[in-house]
Amino acid sequence: MATVLHSAPRYGSNDGVAATLGAALGDMLLSAHEEHGEILLTIRRESIEDALRLLRDNHEYQQLMEMAGVDYPDRAERFEVVYMLLSLTKNHRIMLKVCTDEAHPVPTVTTLWPNAGWLEREVFDMYGVLFADNTDLRRILTDYGFEGFPFRKDFPLTGYQELRYSEEEKRVVYEPVELAQDLRQFDFMSPWEGADYILPGDEKAAEHPAAPKVDEPKTTEKPSQTGAGAKTDAKAAEKSTGKKSGGEEPGAPDATESRPERKPRKTAGRETSGATEPAAQAKAPAKPRKPRAKKEDGK
Amino acid sequence: MSGMMLDQSPTTTGEEITNYTINFGPQHPAAHGVLRMVMELDGEIIERIDCHVGLLHRGTEKLIEHKTYLQALPYFDRLDYCSPLAMEHSYVLAIEKLLNIDVPIRAQYLRVLFAELTRICNHMLNIGAHVMDVGAMTPNLWVFELREDCLNFFERMSGARMHHAYLRPGGVHQDVPLKLLADIGDWVDTRLPELFGDAMSLVVDNRIFKQRNVDIAIVSKEDAVRWGFSGPMIRAAGIPWDLRKSQPYDVYDRMDFEIPVGTNSDCYDRFMVRVKEVYESAKIIKQCIAEIPEGPIASLDRKVVPPKRGEMKQSMEALIHHFKLYTEGFHVPAGEVYVATESPKGEFGVYLVSDGSNKPYRCKIRPTAFSHLQAMDFMCKGHMLPDATAILGAIDVVFGECDR
Repeated sequence: MATVLHSAPRYGSNDGVAATLGAALGDMLLSAHEEHGEILLTIRRESIEDALRLLRDNHEYQQLMEMAGVDYPDRAERFEVVYMLLSLTKNHRIMLKVCTDEAHPVPTVTTLWPNAGWLEREVFDMYGVLFADNTDLRRILTDYGFEGFPFRKDFPLTGYQELRYSEEEKRVVYEPVELAQDLRQFDFMSPWEGADYILPGDEKAAEHPAAPKVDEPKTTEKPSQTGAGAKTDAKAAEKSTGKKSGGEEPGAPDATESRPERKPRKTAGRETSGATEPAAQAKAPAKPRKPRAKKEDGK
Repeated sequence: MSGMMLDQSPTTTGEEITNYTINFGPQHPAAHGVLRMVMELDGEIIERIDCHVGLLHRGTEKLIEHKTYLQALPYFDRLDYCSPLAMEHSYVLAIEKLLNIDVPIRAQYLRVLFAELTRICNHMLNIGAHVMDVGAMTPNLWVFELREDCLNFFERMSGARMHHAYLRPGGVHQDVPLKLLADIGDWVDTRLPELFGDAMSLVVDNRIFKQRNVDIAIVSKEDAVRWGFSGPMIRAAGIPWDLRKSQPYDVYDRMDFEIPVGTNSDCYDRFMVRVKEVYESAKIIKQCIAEIPEGPIASLDRKVVPPKRGEMKQSMEALIHHFKLYTEGFHVPAGEVYVATESPKGEFGVYLVSDGSNKPYRCKIRPTAFSHLQAMDFMCKGHMLPDATAILGAIDVVFGECDR
């Protein structure tokens, strides 16, 4: 692993932990992964409860600190549920994850930790992941009567419903979202760094037909290749005599010293270095402005 | 009383006394925000509590997925608005862990210094609110004076009193004036112990305060672990667990401080743990001010940290970096990390998934209040209705963070 430069929390060493836990989990484990100093174990969905029980009871991971859902719409099983475990005695953290989709429920872990109840409710609320045998799988953070699963990647950022207090009806009314201006999604990715669209103006570039093929590339290395005709070719082939046809050759210019000297400027040039050089800023402070003479009233 | 022996129901025959249900909140001064608790009462004894949270849900995590890493930072101030720097701390450390970027030592000191000032600021609010929930008025007004001082320091640090956006990936936003450090040092030496000591002298040995808090909501060590408690809630149960000590980040490993723990694990212990933590935070602040070295306040890696504005006016290279970092932002290597820090309320974690682009693919925030509030039902069972406010006050819950 690369040397650690960052100053993020430093806990117990990861050395050999993945191998030990992998061996203990046996065929419940699908893959073990270690990156950025984090141990990630992917567990078979049906056996997540057993895996967590094993880690809690035999490997001292006493606390379930957090559960997170993640949505990867391109995958066959699009949701990931990630469990963050903390060991107070070993001073260590690991993450476990299972994959699932809308139809397949994940076994609940409320049997192991009482605080898993709300965590599972939140994943259900936001992603629609079901938890088998969770007796209280209600929505938790969204509004009463909310429909849809807002943290899925295909759920729009603006949502579908907005609510306001209606003065006429004297109550809160729900209405479909109406935006005065489209939500602006700027694309900051550089075109040469993997943008999957054609830049405006570039669409024609692809349509241009390629230049026709020729047997012999055209050059003008010999006079005969200029295409100007036999007469011109003959003229061009003549040797140059080096003599000019018309009049006297012009003489060399006069020496500079013999020019009359220019009069010096009357005023010194303006000092402009202050605008460009930082050192010049530390000059004498600006004069305080004179207070403006007060206007007399009534004028 | 002996002559009052009743051999039948005090009500007219045929009528049955049943439990009744009341709504505590969503708007209630002791609910510390928008919390709705549906309570099932038997007389004045709480049988069951169903907490309805989410009334302040703003979809922060979804919004963060649509922002660059830097643009997402100010959302963290708005989670726990009583301790904004502690929220930013987890987030910037998560980004730095993915980038594996070095943070200059002065920046680490500044982070720790102001994180501890944030802790004091947060505890002032919670301690004041807790004593007010159980009937005392004066201490709250006094500790709010201290909170005001803290906010003034924050204003001098970043220009903002509450939503600082001060910590940045790779360092902090700007250096602080020397006078500010001197003033914080004076304040910690003189005003804080004096005023805070006065305020606490009114409550810690107060008979009424103890009657309302001692032996209320006792949670055993085992239960505290099972329910995922952290911060003062787990320390009050007698477990000396503090992420600043056990999993040090930034320069906490250079700091010399104690972890106060409770003995009885009741509301009074939770309160006292926070009171002691204020003094420990003051100790850390003093050490930071004494030891803070000179140097840069942010990483010099120009692919992550933008150059200063003055530099930008001189150098073409700096101008290009500035433009790129404030439009496109920096790209973070693909991967996923869970980074948790000790916020004043407990473990505040950020699970950050990066796909290698300039925006987080997923940013899950672990609020401290979620596990604690979930245990409300378990802690309140069998207690009287007015105890619920004391228990809630001792949890220290802020809904900006709980509901996200």
